[in-house]
Amino acid sequence: MTVAAAAGRGLGRLYAALMNLPERPMRWAQGRLPDGRLGWLFVGPNLAIFAVFTFLPILIDFYYSGTGGTNLLPTERPWVGSENFASLTACKDYLDPNSCVRDQFWYAIWNTAKFVVLQVALMLVFSLATALVLNRKIIGRGFFRAAFFYPVLLSPVVVALIWKWVLQRDGVLNAAFVGAGMEPVEWLLGARSAFGWTVFVSIWAHMGFYTLILLAGLQAIPADIYEAAAMDAAPPSRVFRRITLPLLMPSVLVVLVLGLIRAVQIFDEVYVLTGGGPGSATTYLVEFIYNTGFSSQVRQYGLAAAASLLLAGVLLVLTLIQLRGMRAKGDGRG
Amino acid sequence: MDWTDWASYLYLILGTALMLGPVAWLALSSLKSPSGLIEFPPTLLPQEQVRVTVPTYPNPLPLYRITAGEHAGQTLAEVRKIGLQATMVDPAAPDTPIRVPVDDRTKVMQFHAAWDNYGDLLQKFDFGRYLWNSVFITTVATILTLLLNSMAAFALSKYKFAGREPVFLLMLATLMIPPTIILVPNYLIAAVLGLTDNPWGVIWPAVATPTGVFLLRQYMLTLPDDLLEAARMDNASEWRIYWRIVLPLSKPALAVLAIFSVMWRWNEFLWPMVVLGRNETFTLPLALNSFQGELTTQWNYLLAMTVVTLIPVTVIFALLQRHITQGIASAGVK
Repeated sequence: MTVAAAAGRGLGRLYAALMNLPERPMRWAQGRLPDGRLGWLFVGPNLAIFAVFTFLPILIDFYYSGTGGTNLLPTERPWVGSENFASLTACKDYLDPNSCVRDQFWYAIWNTAKFVVLQVALMLVFSLATALVLNRKIIGRGFFRAAFFYPVLLSPVVVALIWKWVLQRDGVLNAAFVGAGMEPVEWLLGARSAFGWTVFVSIWAHMGFYTLILLAGLQAIPADIYEAAAMDAAPPSRVFRRITLPLLMPSVLVVLVLGLIRAVQIFDEVYVLTGGGPGSATTYLVEFIYNTGFSSQVRQYGLAAAASLLLAGVLLVLTLIQLRGMRAKGDGRG
Repeated sequence: MDWTDWASYLYLILGTALMLGPVAWLALSSLKSPSGLIEFPPTLLPQEQVRVTVPTYPNPLPLYRITAGEHAGQTLAEVRKIGLQATMVDPAAPDTPIRVPVDDRTKVMQFHAAWDNYGDLLQKFDFGRYLWNSVFITTVATILTLLLNSMAAFALSKYKFAGREPVFLLMLATLMIPPTIILVPNYLIAAVLGLTDNPWGVIWPAVATPTGVFLLRQYMLTLPDDLLEAARMDNASEWRIYWRIVLPLSKPALAVLAIFSVMWRWNEFLWPMVVLGRNETFTLPLALNSFQGELTTQWNYLLAMTVVTLIPVTVIFALLQRHITQGIASAGVK
């Protein structure tokens, strides 16, 4: 106990000593920067990091997308103009990736499109159902809410390994199948089932977050509206359609757009769970970018940058929709 | 209770089983020995065959229960197995060998937790190093995040200077530039700055977070300016006002950001995978990912490592569940 207290005091003193270090230079600057211009010194470090690791990269992305070769340094990369975009979009038939110059890119696009539609729709349904149930008078609500939320906090790699262990050939799911008299299945080796499991696992890992947003939305609906409906003896289905759903719409919109933005960028869990396979059945856009730029023998940075910009375009559209939705919601929070 | 209550509880209980079951299964499996792991169908609890010491035999012998034949019901120890016949002895009468067909017996099992799976991690693999890398990156990045974001939030909430609004909007705009679309240029920048294969390559790009600045600014806006004015009357420097008055008053918001930051950095995968190329710089998620490629037959170590990775997050969640769920519900961030 005394050791802990001494350690705490020591840490406190160390903290105070460190925080005192900028005192002199800041006081000196304070004399020279009147009228709140000292604020620049406070935002400076944060802004500098944004500049170096967020804004500058976007500009470099544009430059890279117009260059070829495999050198990392921009000065050593030949300018190829729109060649990267041209090769990414060169298709005889856009619906058939095999007819495209970059077939992997188009597999990734169609896989991502399928994934996004399915994952976001199902996740919305399940998180809405869960939020509605949790909003009732439930014994142990805190526990159930925590249980649904817990996977959100797990590392995607951990999530993938948990399910890989459940789904493996001698895993517990197959044991249940065999116990029920069925044949064991190689869940992650069939194209359709691997795709289905990536959808399921990403819903499993993220739905708790969206449930929380919807639950907060439900709890913000004033109780007297429900009391008025009860007075009119309105049937529950009608209360849901006429009161709950319309008033919850802003939260649903937030869930929809946040869910879309994140689903388009799906990578971590899937990469560890299936590695994009079998074949390219679960190769999604970010994995294409990663494979093109970093994991293949020939690092095609220009092509990866071009694909990144196309992805950025999609995300920009989704974000603008979100901003409009938030303005409609009126409180400016997401 | 009417039927909707029953349905609600049924839904919640099944949902909880689906959310927590796989994690519990992983934790139980991580205590199984390699031979227990390949058993199909798997047993629920980690088990091991009972071995007994029998006089005149140097090593402990594995114990079996005989299920058929003239010795049915007896418990015998196996001396050796030749083809489909086993030579066994009664531990009470070790001098008379008994021949039993191998199909007529089952192993006698007892609960046994293979803690070696965890102990070996430190000895056989460079596990301590990965753990240290993760702890170092998470701790340093979180401290820097709190410092830099709170400095920026202080200026953006308490100072009036030309450019304050544009700076704030610029920082919020970075929300629209997710790391997935600037992988290639960020890798270039990290390489130019000498940050590849270096924990600082993970730390620096991560410490300026728009979420953190926004969260802290909103909180600091609620702190009364009179406090600051009173301190200025006492001739306190602006830096002192920041760290002696504003920071301590912002503890609740700082705590939420600290929790987020720990989760983000501990679980981060794609960017560390890009920037940390050398094995000895890997964080836990990266080590897990590379092991699951190499150690497909050594699931016992992989499972133990996965459990160690999820323990810190689980403990934090168990202790701070309410703060985390409320913080997320109010800020709408993950």
